Amino acid sequence: MLSIGSSQIKLLEKLCNAMAVSGAEGEVRRIVLDEVKPYADEVKVDALGSVLVRKKSTAKKPLRVLLDAHMDEVGFMIVADDGDGFFQFETVGGIDPRHLVGKQVFVGKDHTVGVIGAKPIHMTTASERQNTISVDSMRIDLGPEGKAKVGDRATFATKFKRVGPSIMSKSIDDRIGVAILIELLKHTPKNIELCLAFSVQEEIGLRGAKVAAHYFNPDLAIAIDSTPSRDLPDYEGRENISYNTQLGLGPAIYPAHSPVISDPRLVKFLAETAEKHKIPYQFRQPGGGGTDAGAIQQTRAGVPVVSVSVPHRYTHSPVSVSRVDDWKNTLNLIHAALKDMDSSLRGGR
Amino acid sequence: MSDILPFLKSLISVSGVSGHEVPVANLIKQKWTPLVNELTQSKLGSLHGLKAGSLKKSIRPSVMIATHMDAIGLMVYRIVDEFLYVTNIGGIDARVLPGTPVIVHASTGEDLYGVVAMPPANLLPDGEGSGVIALKYLLVDTGLTPNEIAKKVRVGDRVSFGTEPVEMSGGCVSGHTLDNRASVAALTICLEELQSKSHVWDVWAVASVQEEVTLGGAETSAFQLRPTIAVAVDMTFGKGRGSSGYQTFGIGKGVTLGISPSIHPFLYKRFKEVAERVEIPVHDDMMPEYSSTDADAMQLVAEGIPTMVLSIPQRYMHTPVELVAMKDIQRAGRLLAEFIASLEADFIERIVWD
Repeated sequence: MLSIGSSQIKLLEKLCNAMAVSGAEGEVRRIVLDEVKPYADEVKVDALGSVLVRKKSTAKKPLRVLLDAHMDEVGFMIVADDGDGFFQFETVGGIDPRHLVGKQVFVGKDHTVGVIGAKPIHMTTASERQNTISVDSMRIDLGPEGKAKVGDRATFATKFKRVGPSIMSKSIDDRIGVAILIELLKHTPKNIELCLAFSVQEEIGLRGAKVAAHYFNPDLAIAIDSTPSRDLPDYEGRENISYNTQLGLGPAIYPAHSPVISDPRLVKFLAETAEKHKIPYQFRQPGGGGTDAGAIQQTRAGVPVVSVSVPHRYTHSPVSVSRVDDWKNTLNLIHAALKDMDSSLRGGR
Repeated sequence: MSDILPFLKSLISVSGVSGHEVPVANLIKQKWTPLVNELTQSKLGSLHGLKAGSLKKSIRPSVMIATHMDAIGLMVYRIVDEFLYVTNIGGIDARVLPGTPVIVHASTGEDLYGVVAMPPANLLPDGEGSGVIALKYLLVDTGLTPNEIAKKVRVGDRVSFGTEPVEMSGGCVSGHTLDNRASVAALTICLEELQSKSHVWDVWAVASVQEEVTLGGAETSAFQLRPTIAVAVDMTFGKGRGSSGYQTFGIGKGVTLGISPSIHPFLYKRFKEVAERVEIPVHDDMMPEYSSTDADAMQLVAEGIPTMVLSIPQRYMHTPVELVAMKDIQRAGRLLAEFIASLEADFIERIVWD
């Protein structure tokens, strides 16, 4: 079994604290390049900025397996300078505006600290407090002499924390997938040709994975992502029947995420692999919310795909929560699956 | 003048939710002990530091400077599995909470990192899950398991904002609870200035408790100390996004002097004269009925006490990202010291009503 020790935690911390808003993934790309170079047979940065890595097999005609994890995160772009250190911004990716006021943010390459303020409660009316605050009425405040450029990206400024059985951080989605891919590269079984796509622009339309899959032309692909856990209590004590996934129950295998149907052979294979190796797993409830698997499936003449996610609570918010055990079990499920793969999984029926 | 920034940063990194001010009180005690002649604590926990004046004791008047040290925060009202439901202590707009890092002050004495979570609509009563989610539905998640939470946390445990202090451009600092720790820092600067300044009056430096809920700390301290006059130092509204109009003041542009039924016009006049003499920029802060500071309570203690309000402009009051200019804190501290030094033995006898 592969384990999650202090070096894996440290790498995830570095990945989560970095800023890589969709379309500006440079900080994470640099970390990934440094990590993969000593272990890869081929490394390239493609036309969109994704990092593509190949590890060759010793077998003849090996199965070519693509693992994908996206480097980008949701965030903000500065769109106008209002003067006096106030900047208008737009969200990049799916961010609930209700998570924004009263938060610290980092802006630009230097991670300049700013805040998204709110009117003091004393100056609001009770009825005003019933209205959500729209993004176009918010500003990032960098202080009276604060400087930023239009086009600069920004993210939440919350720092990675390791707490009890959990990690609490921004951008667990999908730096945890990036960390898993890096770890798997260090422990690649020789029976397969492993292709890794550290893809860009997932949060704004699965763009990086689409061209990365075209480049690799894989026999099958697994998107390693992080999916919401809505496993919170119902306020009135009714059963929570729409939890999507639950923290602590292991890797979440997707039978389907609307409208993408995972390849049933891969779903079955992963579940059987988990049973065989006594690795806990769960099925993600079918429903909305895409992963790169959607784009990869439609590439070239079609690619059999499945998604596997580490569950997290509080999607696209300043602080998400995941369990270290779910991370470890996802890593080990994929590792075991890679080892057990053979040509019977090749596409075509 | 010493650099107050490190002390201010430590002040806004320590808890002191109203009614539970011990951690911040201990920090202030440490800082004030070398600056005062005696330091005691009231029955409710307010700190009383006496910097003695030079006049003969039997005829020596005293001025009480009240800076409240308590903070707004949250309190656990229900625990379900590992999730904590919370209610507010002091005025909090629920809209600033979802996604906010917090510190849970557990009954075991541990401080637990956490985040305020917004449950999905399907887990809330019909019609409550869209738009602004009411505070009573929000949850704190500490990343711990139900078992660990059962061992550590009880209903009634306090929760503070967890935003870390940050330095910003223009000599500004941002974080939570700058209301009113920035004023505690200003009073500390005043005490430092008074080390080398002669003053005939006694000075009661007070770090008061429970301002955010009842003003009860300053009220009871004023009763106990029975000062001749009293000054509340607090925050006022900074001009910024969504905040404009007569109630707001540019940050870094000077401090404000209250004009209010809570304020004795003679004290206002003296503050204004002193500020002009020592060239500290001040602005008039109109408070037509209440000042909403400790002054409102101190004024009504015993047979009545002439009071004054000195304020520091601050953006985003009562949010996790309050923002002040260090310059204004320095100005407030210096103005206080100059005002105190200006008080003549017979200042009170000179009060003339028009």
